[in-house]
Amino acid sequence: MSALEIAAAVRAGERTARAVVEEHLSLIGVREPELHAFNLVTAEQALAAADAVDARVAAGEDPGPLAGVPIALKDNLCTTAIPTTCSSKILAGWKPPYDATVVERLAAAGAISLGKTNLDEFAMGSSTEHSAFGPSKNPHDITKVPGGSSGGSAVAVAAGFAPLALGSDTGGSIRQPAALCGVVGVKPTYGRVSRYGLVAFASSLDQIGPFAATVADAAALYEVIAGYDPRDSTSIPEALPPVRHRLDDGVAGLRVGLVTELCQAEGIAPDVVARVAAAAEALAAAGAKVEEVSVPAVIYGLSAYYLIAPAEASSNLARYDGVRYGLRVDAPTTAEMYDRTRTEGFGPEVLRRIMLGTYALSAGYYDAYYGKAQKVRTLIIRDFQAAYERFDVLISPTSPTTAFALGAKADPLAMYLNDICTIPSNLAGHPAMSVPFGVGADGLPVGVQVMANALDEVTMFQVAATLEGAMA
Amino acid sequence: MASLSREEVAHVAQLARLNLTDEQLDTFTPQLAAILANAADVEALDLDDVPPTSHPYPLQNVWRPDVVRQSGVRDAVLAAAPATQDGMFRVPSVLGDAP
Repeated sequence: MSALEIAAAVRAGERTARAVVEEHLSLIGVREPELHAFNLVTAEQALAAADAVDARVAAGEDPGPLAGVPIALKDNLCTTAIPTTCSSKILAGWKPPYDATVVERLAAAGAISLGKTNLDEFAMGSSTEHSAFGPSKNPHDITKVPGGSSGGSAVAVAAGFAPLALGSDTGGSIRQPAALCGVVGVKPTYGRVSRYGLVAFASSLDQIGPFAATVADAAALYEVIAGYDPRDSTSIPEALPPVRHRLDDGVAGLRVGLVTELCQAEGIAPDVVARVAAAAEALAAAGAKVEEVSVPAVIYGLSAYYLIAPAEASSNLARYDGVRYGLRVDAPTTAEMYDRTRTEGFGPEVLRRIMLGTYALSAGYYDAYYGKAQKVRTLIIRDFQAAYERFDVLISPTSPTTAFALGAKADPLAMYLNDICTIPSNLAGHPAMSVPFGVGADGLPVGVQVMANALDEVTMFQVAATLEGAMA
Repeated sequence: MASLSREEVAHVAQLARLNLTDEQLDTFTPQLAAILANAADVEALDLDDVPPTSHPYPLQNVWRPDVVRQSGVRDAVLAAAPATQDGMFRVPSVLGDAP
């Protein structure tokens, strides 16, 4: 059942939330041992929350738009009194004293959290192999990665553990695992969804967003989590246009640009490009005007991102010093305690990015690296603006390839290249989503990325719904 | 500018409050050099006339009314700390032994 079907049945009193949750917990019991989607399954709390929803239904109260719908939360979202690890040893034992805004909104909507999902440590990676607790596995082929960093959330939805999940996307961490696992993944406009309670990685790029099996479910989750939050100073105050009632509007007359650079970039597999071409044809058949478009500066996105994101991360992660929460490795002096706690607490990818960021920000290199990357960010925004004068949405591959084998990308740079198509939207702050569109030569899922101008989630979802309909 | 010495990496680690082993330095030095070499395309651009973007939107400062509210998380925050004393975070010696 889809999330919307579950909510309708629970709201109508046709099914209990408890029965829905029990059914999903039993699925988790069967397949979770081989897939490792979760860092923690909170079965008791989930059943208690389900009973509370059922009580509301029985009392004739409105149980919320997502009543009884199970959801999996990426383990970098703060949950009161439930461990939040970021899949890092450095947060061992930490239980946040507050809920993230999205967690509060989900509870108010009647959704039921089943637990916290695995990720690359502090969301740094594209495969979940950088988790301190071991990798998650792709449900379509357990010898393959699920993508990352929100790999556990993508696996949870793809395996049917939960119809919905939340992830965070700094350079593609929702869209890429969604593509590799064959589910829908959405990165809203920067600022649309409050980051309050999201453990920070790169603050000018991070954005929380939905995973779902269908575009309509993703839209329903988006409508619940999006909207202004005074606790996030970068939250967008503009009113939120609802998206769900526009999903069936179609694409007749819409102008769709196929981004040349993102189809021709290094490492983009021909079978993936073929699926994107098929998506372009499907949109044209549905009445859209599809043309190729050049967005020249996107080719610099990867380099700029891997200077900006580590720079912001090196600053954000300075807070993990063993003083206030998480791991402390004792030492005779505070300075030594800092050094030992950080060195033992962070895994290799996080150490690499902290050093990269510290270097890019250090005296003598700031202008050449961080400063220049920020200027490239301006170029990318300008080129997107030029494209959006002629087009309503842009499409491209989400990931250069289908899911790759566990262990195949031990070289950090090879791993970074996975993000080439997703990074530009983060740098620009624009919304983008991945929608499944068939399979590659190996039979594994391919995702098509739909990008839109800032604040135009409505059109983006409309195009995604049309693509989904064309595959049905 | 792609060259990056082991000494520079050790210095950067020190700036970032990391205490890396020789093995870690041997591993990270060529990896970081390769990542920086990959950024040569950005380094080579002439961007003198382009303003930097630090944030997707030109944000203004955000104000709210100065209303007293209960935060109420002090005990929960302290409960999560590795060591506390008298309502404060306790850390090892900062300045050496007291006289």
